[in-house]
Amino acid sequence: MKVLYFAWLRERLNKGEEEVAPPEGVATVADLIDWLAANDEAAALAFEDRKIIRAALDEELVEHQTPIAGARTIAFFPPMTGG
Amino acid sequence: MFVRLQSAPFDPGAEIAGFLKGREDTGALVTFTGTVRSTPGKPVKTLTLEHYPALAQKQIARFATQAMARFGLADIAVIHRFGTMNRGEVIVMVLALAAHRQAAFDGANYLMDWLKTDAPFWKREAGPDGETWVAAKAEDDTARDKWKTGREG
Repeated sequence: MKVLYFAWLRERLNKGEEEVAPPEGVATVADLIDWLAANDEAAALAFEDRKIIRAALDEELVEHQTPIAGARTIAFFPPMTGG
Repeated sequence: MFVRLQSAPFDPGAEIAGFLKGREDTGALVTFTGTVRSTPGKPVKTLTLEHYPALAQKQIARFATQAMARFGLADIAVIHRFGTMNRGEVIVMVLALAAHRQAAFDGANYLMDWLKTDAPFWKREAGPDGETWVAAKAEDDTARDKWKTGREG
């Protein structure tokens, strides 16, 4: 699946997107964050304050407990500050 | 109804004229125009807006559709810029058209409150001390949440 990063999350990770293949057992958005953070030091730091990170699955805002099965794209980003 | 995301500057007056053209059936247009703010205490040279195009378009169209239905608007439009803009420049404009003023005020207000917190844009300010990401404000969440009482969304 493709993972997108925006704003300071993108900067801290030094990348805007990547392809990942999480193992079985990575079932939810929260699981995916844990898995990304466990495998990469920059990700561990970027996702340090997990509760403020927002996620979108295939261009739909979701909560951290949402299952990710079947999703093609997941985006992670800080709280939104438009307008 | 339209939602336009663009990097180019636009003229709010021309947008109003275009939106009102041929609408003799409606009596009230409320617009909100948001601009890049710079004050002596917090000088801003430029503001850069990053966005997630597909989701931004979808979210704003959703809030616009909800505003139309909830307040019985005749029409609504949103123009939101992304990229880098100078202080004083227009960032966003909302135009809400209705038969009477209250619905138009409420529609514009509702749309802006949702857009601030739930449309994927991120502001980065450049000032004399460098660049910083603008932090989200709790009061923006509160402003959005007041619309949740009674009817959802």
